[in-house]
Amino acid sequence: MANKKTADLKVNLGKLKLKNPVMTASGTFGYGDEYSEFIDINKLGAVVVKGLSLKPKEGNPPPRIAETPAGMLNAIGLQNIGIDSFIKKKLPFLRQFKTPVIVNFFGDSIAEYVKTAKKLNAIKGIHALEMNISCPNKQAGWSIFGTDPKVTFKVVSEVRKMTDLTLIVKLSPNVTDIALMARVAEDAGADAVSLINTLTGMAIDIKTKRPKLANITGGLSGPAVKPVAVRMVWECYKSLSIPVIGMGGIISAADAIEFILAGASAVAVGTGNFINPEATVNIIKGIKSFMLSEGIKSIKDLRGSVKC
Amino acid sequence: MSRLFKASVSENKELIKNHYLLTLNPLKKIKKPEPGQFFMLSVDKGLDPLLKRPLSIHRLTGGNLQFLYRVVGSGTNILSEKKTGDILELIGPLGKGFPFKKTQKNIILVAGGLGIAPIFALAETLAKIPPPAPPVLLFQGARTEDEVLCIDKLKSIGIDPIISTDNGTLGEKGNIVSVLKKYLTRHSLPVNRYILYACGPEPMLKSLSSLAIKHKLKGYIALEQHMACGLGTCLGCVVNTIDGYKRVCKEGPVFPIEKIVW
Ligand SMILES: Cc1cc2nc3c(=O)[nH]c(=O)nc-3n(C[C@H](O)[C@H](O)[C@H](O)COP(=O)(O)OP(=O)(O)OC[C@H]3O[C@@H](n4cnc5c(N)ncnc54)[C@H](O)[C@@H]3O)c2cc1C
Ligand SMILES: Cc1cc2nc3c(=O)[nH]c(=O)nc-3n(C[C@H](O)[C@H](O)[C@H](O)COP(=O)(O)O)c2cc1C
Ligand code: FES
Repeated sequence: MANKKTADLKVNLGKLKLKNPVMTASGTFGYGDEYSEFIDINKLGAVVVKGLSLKPKEGNPPPRIAETPAGMLNAIGLQNIGIDSFIKKKLPFLRQFKTPVIVNFFGDSIAEYVKTAKKLNAIKGIHALEMNISCPNKQAGWSIFGTDPKVTFKVVSEVRKMTDLTLIVKLSPNVTDIALMARVAEDAGADAVSLINTLTGMAIDIKTKRPKLANITGGLSGPAVKPVAVRMVWECYKSLSIPVIGMGGIISAADAIEFILAGASAVAVGTGNFINPEATVNIIKGIKSFMLSEGIKSIKDLRGSVKC
Repeated sequence: MSRLFKASVSENKELIKNHYLLTLNPLKKIKKPEPGQFFMLSVDKGLDPLLKRPLSIHRLTGGNLQFLYRVVGSGTNILSEKKTGDILELIGPLGKGFPFKKTQKNIILVAGGLGIAPIFALAETLAKIPPPAPPVLLFQGARTEDEVLCIDKLKSIGIDPIISTDNGTLGEKGNIVSVLKKYLTRHSLPVNRYILYACGPEPMLKSLSSLAIKHKLKGYIALEQHMACGLGTCLGCVVNTIDGYKRVCKEGPVFPIEKIVW
């Protein structure tokens, strides 16, 4: 009797069912259209779009990018086309695929978060919301959404009331106790947490003595942040009962598997898309062949199975 | 058609100190690049440098891609060590090139330093337009005589550039924009019959743009900005224009000269 080897990559995030655990990280995949030339979007676990706000945002002045060893700093400043334009011009493209669309969004006040969530909740073709409370490139004061547990609880619970879609809360790594922030999000009604957003960093040109970014500081991403991200995912996994979505420096299947072993239910590829626009699909293939060669039937058996 | 492809190094020749001419043989059929468009080149498989490097198309020779580059940092340094037969990964052609197809006008090209890389591509393409091809005038600036690149190639397509060098070792001493300025006033050119295409260091483009605005000379310039994706997704490569921030990799690298806010 032929015992055909299979690998089950399906995962759930709240009500949301994914065919595999590999998603795109917000802000690194645009609204999907630019990447459809390189990969089959149908193959992705989910597409997470660039962070959106109620009204379009200009973002920060250039230069916005500085390369650092095995990583990059960015200070885009959440430039985006606004929700209305997204719905009209970008969502129809994404709707043609059999891949769930997760809309990443943010606001400048609790009221704005709430209004945005309410609006998005009513739109067909949006399968989940990821609320960004953790951008390091916003004006001083904004960071309290992701760093002050009281404010985090408030904003997440208010948004929760507005939507029955799967609600993912994207956490900031720029805190002392990430597990605490994750528990606050869970208590406030989040269906999942995602982490890490970028780590606040800075780079200086030694000849001009000026910061390399016009914004002075920016968010560090890419392979350089991976160990920090893996540690934070592991800490959150241990203290939560909701799923954790892991990201930070994933460029290969091995990286993704490391996050899953640390407890991630799903993973997202960010800076990796810039290094290789086919990264996401290569990672899906790689996870599958790892499972087949290791005799792992379901991805769920890998989750959190780091032996400590 | 996916614009991601591998190419083998046919030649990587040092022309003068720190300046190289790289010839690549794409391993699959690629889209034909237009002058002013660029490619993202991955110089190494490792994690540092991490990002691909943008380089303008310099020349197409029998299906091969040529790039002209200067070594300025770690990425271009690694690139300079590539040997014949090495394989590189590229994405491209990317961005919008110089719009020149319908132009009936006399053409002024201005290149500063490595700006000659895309400007030569444009000059060569213009030279292939069947007669009556628009007349082309090229102003080329460089730091020193050595760094005045492509002279022979330009001669072979019938272009004799007006040259300036910072130290006066070749052509006029000084910057190329002031040479152009003198030329414009001396010849009192009917500017509405002329169109400008330029590429070079930012200070040059900035002074060129005020000259162009002053003389009501229309034209296009190719800009540079640090890039991560090259595809329009990261929003990292913007420049400020009168219509707001625009992506150099997508709406550019070529912009109408009067649109840029310096
Ligand atoms: C559209 C476009 C076309 C270009 N065409 C050419 C060309 O034909 N010939 C040529 O010699 N150079 C060209 N450049 C500049 C070239 O990309 C940089 O010199 C190169 O990226 C420097 O890399 P590095 O690692 O050697 O330098 P480093 O200074 O070590 O680079 C550090 C980081 O900054 C980025 N960077 C540094 N300088 C520039 C720059 N001027 N523009 C964009 N990114 C930069 C690098 O890509 C890298 O991410 C072009 C740039 C752009 C945007
Ligand atoms: C250029 C860029 C833009 C980003 N924009 C957003 C954004 O709009 N919203 C958000 O929640 N995260 C944003 N991020 C963070 C990423 O989604 C991700 O959390 C982070 O980059 C770590 O993953 P990586 O190392 O795989 O890139 C951005 C990251 C980069 C590099
Ligand atoms: S380099 Fe990413 S948008 Fe231009």
